[in-house]
Amino acid sequence: MSEITPELVEHLANLARIGLTPEEVQSLTGELGAIVDSVAKVSEVATPDVPATSHPIPLVNVFRPDVPGETVTTEQALAMAPEHDGSRFKVSAILGEEQ
Amino acid sequence: MSTELITMSAAQLAEKLAAREISSVEATQAHLNRIADVDGDIHAFLHVSEAALSTAASVDAARGGGAQLGPLAGVPVAIKDVLCTFDMPSTSGSKILEGYIPPYDATVVRKLREANLVPLGKTNMDEFAMGSSTEHSAYGPTKNPWDLERIPGGSGGGSAAAVSAFEAPLALGSDTGGSIRQPAAVTGSVGMKPTYGGVSRYGAIALASSLDQVGPVARSVLDAALLHDVIGGYDPHDATSLTDTWPSFAEAARAGRNGESLKGLRVGVVAELNGEGFQAGVRQRFDEAVALLAKAGAEIVEVAAPSFEYAISAYYLILPAEASSNLAKFDSVRFGLRVTPEGGGTVEEVMAATREAGFGPEVKRRIILGTYALSAGYYDAYYGSAQKVRTLIQRDFSAAFEKADVLVSPAAPTTAFRFGEKLDDPLAMYLNDITTIPANLAGVPGMGLPIGLAPEDGLPVGIQLMAPAREDARLYTVGAGLETLLEEQWGGSLLAQAPALGVER
Repeated sequence: MSEITPELVEHLANLARIGLTPEEVQSLTGELGAIVDSVAKVSEVATPDVPATSHPIPLVNVFRPDVPGETVTTEQALAMAPEHDGSRFKVSAILGEEQ
Repeated sequence: MSTELITMSAAQLAEKLAAREISSVEATQAHLNRIADVDGDIHAFLHVSEAALSTAASVDAARGGGAQLGPLAGVPVAIKDVLCTFDMPSTSGSKILEGYIPPYDATVVRKLREANLVPLGKTNMDEFAMGSSTEHSAYGPTKNPWDLERIPGGSGGGSAAAVSAFEAPLALGSDTGGSIRQPAAVTGSVGMKPTYGGVSRYGAIALASSLDQVGPVARSVLDAALLHDVIGGYDPHDATSLTDTWPSFAEAARAGRNGESLKGLRVGVVAELNGEGFQAGVRQRFDEAVALLAKAGAEIVEVAAPSFEYAISAYYLILPAEASSNLAKFDSVRFGLRVTPEGGGTVEEVMAATREAGFGPEVKRRIILGTYALSAGYYDAYYGSAQKVRTLIQRDFSAAFEKADVLVSPAAPTTAFRFGEKLDDPLAMYLNDITTIPANLAGVPGMGLPIGLAPEDGLPVGIQLMAPAREDARLYTVGAGLETLLEEQWGGSLLAQAPALGVER
C-alpha cells in the first residue's frame, strides 16, 4: 500500500544528513509506511476550496525598533563549538576527493 | 516542618515567605532534601542546580533588607530541559546536546529569575519533546510517582513528576501536542498550555514552531496561575509573541473558587473527544466531573467537531515537517556533539555520523518523515493538506465556541500505562495525544487538571478545559471552580492520596 521503500528511506536519510544502519533502514521502512498510510487521511477533507493555515494566530509585519541590542560575544558563540580557532568555527573538508 | 514545606502549595509557601515565617533557604533546602530522597527512584531531574541555596539566600537577604518582592519570590521552581539556562546544561533530553550550556537564558527563565523564584534544576523529557512517556529521553525515563512501573506522560514527564512527587512546588513545561496537559492527567497534577503567543518561546529549543507553547506545571490551579502571571506577556525576541495586555491569572483563579462563575456557564462536551477506545474509568470520572459542573449550575451542551478526527494525521505531518527544519541546526558545527567517521570525512559525512550517533530512534523517525512530507511532489498532498485540516479544525472550534464558553474532554484517553507497552508501536504512542492536539493546531488555550482516580487501576484521571484564543483567564476561573468542588468531595487534594515515596527524613 505504502510507497515507502528501503531505497526511499536511504535517500531521505541522506537528505536529512542522518546515517542509518541497514537494520534501521529496515525497521524505518515498515514504521514510516504505516505512519504515512495513516496520516494520508488528511487528503480526504483537504479540498481545493479550503485555505491553508500556517500559524494559529497569524501576525503580520512583526518588526522591532532598529536599534542595536545586546548580542552574544564571539567568545560566547564559540564556547560550545566542537572545534574553533578563536574567531571562527572549524569544520572538516567541505569537498570530498572525487569532487 | 520539612514535610509541610514540600507539601504546601506554592501560594501558601509564598505567603509564609512574605510573612517571613519561613526563609527561602529553608524552603529550598526542604526540596533539595526531597530530591535527594526520592529522585533516585523518580528520575524527574537531569540536573540539580548547585546555585539554588545561594540564590535562595540572596532572596532572603533582599527581603530582610525591606525590598518589595514579587508574589512568588523565594519559591523554588523546576525547569524543563527544553528551556535554555545560562548556568545549567540544557539538553532537551538529547545526547546531541549532552553538557551543552547556552550563552543565554530563555525569556521565561529570565522572568523567573527577575521575579526572584529559585531554579532547582532541569527536568527530564522525551528527546526534543518527541513523545508521550519520557521513554524517548536519551537519559532514561522518569517514573510516575503513583506507580514506579508506569510512565509519567510526556514529553514533560519530568516536570509533572517533579511537582506530583513534591520535589518542586512549581515547574515550567512546553506543549506542542499535549506535553504539559497529558503528563498532568496521568500524574494528578495541573498543567496549562497558554494561547499560542501568550508566553515567549525565545530560548525554548524549538520542536514545531507553529505549535510549541511554554506553560506552567503545578499542583493547583491557583499555583499554575501565579506562575503564568510571571512568565506571560509580550517578548520582542519572539516574533510570534502577542502584544496583548493580559489580566492577572491568579485573580482569575481566586475569583473562580467560590463557584459562582460556574452558574450559567455553557460547557461544551466534545463528542469526538470522548469516544470508543477511551478507558472506562476515564470516561466514568469525566462524566462525573461534567455532572458536578451541571449540579453547580453550568449548562451542559454537546458540541460536534467533525474535523478533530483528522487532527492526529495533520499533526503528524506538520510536526515532523517543522521539526526536520528546526533540528537541522544540530550539524556538529556550532554546538553539541561531533562524531567524525573512522579515517575522517567531509563535513557532510561528519554531520551524518554525528546525527546518527546523537539522535534517538523517535527523532530520526520524525525527521525522516518530515523530510518526506516536505519533498517536491509530496508537499501539496501531505504538508499542504495538513495545513488545510488546520483551517477546518479552527472552524470547528469557532462553531463550538458559539454554543459554549468552555469545551471539555478527558485530558488523556487512558491512565498511565506501563513502560514498554507502546514503545514499539509509534502509531499507538501517537494516539495518547488525541484529545490535546486540536488545541495546538488551533492555538487555543487548554488546561489539564485532576478529576479523580480510575476505579479499575486507582490511577489519576484528568479533564481538559479549552477556551477561545486569548481567554486563558476563563480557564483559570472555571478550573479553580471545578477544583474547589472536587476537593470538597475528596477532603483535600488528589495528590494527598498518592502513595508515600522514599524515606521520610
